[in-house]
Amino acid sequence: MSTPHGGDPDTEPTQDSTTTAASGAGEVKSRVGLRYTLSQVKRDTTALIGIYIVGFITLVALFAAIDYYIFDYAIAEAIMYDPERDPDEVNRLLPPVGMENQFGSGVLEHPLGTDHRGRDIFTRLVYGTRVAMTVGFMATAIGLVGGTLVGAVSGFYGGWIDDVLQRFTETIYAIPFLVLVIAFMTAFGRNLTFAMIGVGITAIPVFNRLIRSRVVSIREEDYIEAARAAGVKDRHIILRHIIPNSFAPVLVQATLQVGVSILIVAGLSFLGFGAQPPTPSWGQMLSQSRGYMLPAPTFSIWPGLAILFTVIGFNILGDGLQDALDPRINN
Amino acid sequence: MSRTASESDPLVRVENLRKYYNNDSGLLGGLTMDSEFPFVRRESSYVKAVENVNFDIHKGETLGLVGESGCGKSTLARTVLRLLDATDGSIYFKGTDLTELDGEELRRTRKDMQMIFQDPQSSLDPRMKVGPIVEEPMKAHGMLDPEGREARAKELLEKVGLDPQHYNRYPHAFSGGQRQRVNLARALSVNPDFIVCDEPVSALDVSIQAQVLNTMQELQDEFNLTYLFIAHDLSVIRHISDRVAVMYLGQVVELADKEELFENPQHPYTQALLDAIPAPDPRATDRRTVLRGDVPSPINPPSGCRFRTRCQKLIQPEAYDLAEDEWRRVVEFQRAVKRRNFEEREPSAVRSRFLDDVDLRGEAGRIVTDAIDHIAADRFDEAEALLTESFADQSICAKKEPMYEVAPELAGDRHVVACHLHRED
Amino acid sequence: MTTPLLTVDNLKTQFFTEDGTVRAVDGISFDVYPGEIVGLVGESGAGKSVATSSILRLVDSPGEIVDGTITFKEKTLFGLEAGPDGEPRPSEEMLTEEEMRKEVRGREIAIIFQDPMESLNPVFTVGGQLREFIELNRDLPTEEAKQEAIDMLREVGIPDPENRYDEYPHQFSGGMRQRVLIAMAIACRPDLIIADEPTTALDVTVEGQILELVAELQEKYDTAFIWVTHDMSVVAEICDRVNVMYLGEIIEQAHVDDLFYNTKHPYTQALLNSIPRPDETIEELDPIKGVMPEAINPPSGCRFHSRCPEAREVCQRVHPEPRDLSANDRPHNAACVKYDVFDVGYDASPPLETDATGGFSAGLTQTESEAEADGGDR
Repeated sequence: MSTPHGGDPDTEPTQDSTTTAASGAGEVKSRVGLRYTLSQVKRDTTALIGIYIVGFITLVALFAAIDYYIFDYAIAEAIMYDPERDPDEVNRLLPPVGMENQFGSGVLEHPLGTDHRGRDIFTRLVYGTRVAMTVGFMATAIGLVGGTLVGAVSGFYGGWIDDVLQRFTETIYAIPFLVLVIAFMTAFGRNLTFAMIGVGITAIPVFNRLIRSRVVSIREEDYIEAARAAGVKDRHIILRHIIPNSFAPVLVQATLQVGVSILIVAGLSFLGFGAQPPTPSWGQMLSQSRGYMLPAPTFSIWPGLAILFTVIGFNILGDGLQDALDPRINN
Repeated sequence: MSRTASESDPLVRVENLRKYYNNDSGLLGGLTMDSEFPFVRRESSYVKAVENVNFDIHKGETLGLVGESGCGKSTLARTVLRLLDATDGSIYFKGTDLTELDGEELRRTRKDMQMIFQDPQSSLDPRMKVGPIVEEPMKAHGMLDPEGREARAKELLEKVGLDPQHYNRYPHAFSGGQRQRVNLARALSVNPDFIVCDEPVSALDVSIQAQVLNTMQELQDEFNLTYLFIAHDLSVIRHISDRVAVMYLGQVVELADKEELFENPQHPYTQALLDAIPAPDPRATDRRTVLRGDVPSPINPPSGCRFRTRCQKLIQPEAYDLAEDEWRRVVEFQRAVKRRNFEEREPSAVRSRFLDDVDLRGEAGRIVTDAIDHIAADRFDEAEALLTESFADQSICAKKEPMYEVAPELAGDRHVVACHLHRED
Repeated sequence: MTTPLLTVDNLKTQFFTEDGTVRAVDGISFDVYPGEIVGLVGESGAGKSVATSSILRLVDSPGEIVDGTITFKEKTLFGLEAGPDGEPRPSEEMLTEEEMRKEVRGREIAIIFQDPMESLNPVFTVGGQLREFIELNRDLPTEEAKQEAIDMLREVGIPDPENRYDEYPHQFSGGMRQRVLIAMAIACRPDLIIADEPTTALDVTVEGQILELVAELQEKYDTAFIWVTHDMSVVAEICDRVNVMYLGEIIEQAHVDDLFYNTKHPYTQALLNSIPRPDETIEELDPIKGVMPEAINPPSGCRFHSRCPEAREVCQRVHPEPRDLSANDRPHNAACVKYDVFDVGYDASPPLETDATGGFSAGLTQTESEAEADGGDR
């Protein structure tokens, strides 16, 4: 209904005058758009660190993927070692260079040491980024697309469609996600593809809720009603008004979700449900190092650090984006 | 400013329009537990936001729609444009019943009817520049090519009093009054005949209000626009309207020419509303009579005349034969008991406070005495029920919905008033 | 004449932002006498709310009171003195933050806000909140405070107060919530109540009820009010004396009758001309041209000159302080150089091209700084 004088702007006159003043000083700043977002991110040191970490890992993963898919580890073999093949002469469980353990002392050829089958840990870590990033991005993409679809339809149309879709996603949400993914993989197959799909499905409710709540609140905005009153088609309303305006929190959530997915798939690999040997993956490396914790502790430390580093990178980036995209915070 | 209503068909005709909202939502909404099989019961309650509304709007005129918050005026506006689906009734726009149209047909008619919203902040997409905002309706209706649309948008921005160079700015760079001008430009872009204005100036400062109102009037004269102008501010309504409809709790209680309505109001609610507005004049000494109580819930509105629970002129049931001032005291007493806002319990104290120590004759006197006894025994509910059933519910105001037409005294050719005081007995 | 209850002298409150200093309140002076209702009128951005929160020293960072004296019943709510290094510092008589909180706010000066929903906590009952307030500020035991709270609710016209005591704010209508806030404000029998647009969010009939209630209570308790509003009709209805604010300054100060019938300042006149009337039909409104400039960069000279229909060249140069222009025994201050007492050569000065004297669209475009920005953008 109508509120008379709908929130008199006079209650905080200074705030009003400062915001208009901001637009008066120098150029006219627009508080929207990609360029503005980037300029905000650049002003935030933490977010910047996040960008560097994520950027670095992405580059490494790209290199690994190119080598794997196009050259079949030719580059790896040329400059380092084939990460999958067992070496001919076995130098098992060597420590990193400059350290010693009961199996020998570290050598420069294996800077981070070797694993239980004598393979170079550094190479396997580098090539493990491919699995981690693929899984992280694909699972998030599946969750994002599925969740956006379900959430947008649910929020825009409401009514019984909303009820059915929401009860369905709540059911997924109610099952512990590891149980769900393991059950899913047991049914369909224990490989990386199904791990990705499984983790992606568990992310659907997360995005669904976010998108739905955004759509429901944006749907009530006057400018949506204005567009409807002007005779704009539903499809155009969703594309031009609703999606651009719900974009910000989704981007943040997606960034965080990549980190979460990497962590989950590492956990699955650790349990033997993810990438299958000999494909190098961090979770699997952790799993293999279990038996050698005492004699060769560094074997387990490296993949652990890699996971930590990556997940923190994504989380920092997500937090930074959140601040940068929040219209209430503008300094 | 005075536009005589043309003899031809009205541009907009609203007939018996009804809009109910379902008060329960969700799959399990409205379910209540029951002691018998099947142990649950589904009961829907409806918010009766708009009930049985009729009016015409002629080409080129402004119909003002005034009422307090929650009276259903915004719902009515949206239902007239079919942004909300009507529960019942018809809306004829240029002779076509909008309630019969669906999907694409309805979308096409939107070209001829536009809307302006109250909140200049939220009615513009913050992520769109002003130019594309103004062009959007043209685009939706396939008007002109992109260059043509841009040229027209710039021309319209100028027309509503903005700088055409503002085409590439975002809404947040504008003040409230300027944003409302952008809204005007958007509404005008498709050359509509009819614009519904929902409190377009109530969020603006007084001096800015006057600027926007003047612009709206200039545009109306230039493009021969028809406005349905909704506001809670009677001064604004008086300034801009040709005819005025007053709404209370979902119903139009009075509809007449502006001068007729403001100078010769016939409905007790209109009179109370006009009495309540303070005038910008410290020497206006006539003490305002204040309307008591709150607006009842639209889920379960009073029977008959919806204003009767607060009306100062509630009609005495035929069964009693009280003098006018005695009847007023009884009504006052009944409402005070309902509101329970007095401390006295002693029969004599109650009697002296409400009835001026007068002994009422006959049946009415006996009922009042019983009620006073109930109060002395702290049985407020019984006192309330007794008084309400015997007095308030017996009035013709509670038994029949009023709708009468009186002869206009000052201006216009129709004066509709929903009050039984005007019944012909 | 009696001594004033509250004296505000040359109060300046500024906000230090990245874009510069916003002079939200810039040297205002006014008095409030016991038992009178003083209006503080102006459009959004005039600095009315900042002025009232300055009186209670409730201005938040980056805002700060930078100059002036506020005296309330012999107590210095705010005052500065020269420190040893010449820098101004709070004077010795000025109340500490704790004294303000314990003795002044709520007890001697109460405040009623525009939006009653935001002033009441939605998770506690209305009665509970009122009782707690009374308990704290009047040192009453819980039971007595509860009885007092119920009496207060009845006093402000809440029906069935015993039962409604246990209800939550959302169960009250807007008018009822505002009544609860009024009950809270008068609970400690303060000498002064600051009402910050208390009826703006309400419907006319409810506004009427509240104004009537305030008039009754004011008569009963003889409380003084500072009534902040933008609504000239409410001013006419309720105020005894009025201060009109424009861009951080008080530009006219008069008894309500003089203000309406012997208007001195062109801004007040323009404001009165721009409002539609409920009691007569006006064919064409005469709006104030342009928009209020920003307080960060106010116009030179008289701040209203950029929108004033009577502006002359001299108005750009001379900044007028309000002077008494009264012809009777009631003071009537206005800050406009067109009056002879200012004697700055207004009559000889050439008229000024302004928004108000320019064409139709002149007043509707940007403020100066925005227009420049626009130019730089192209």
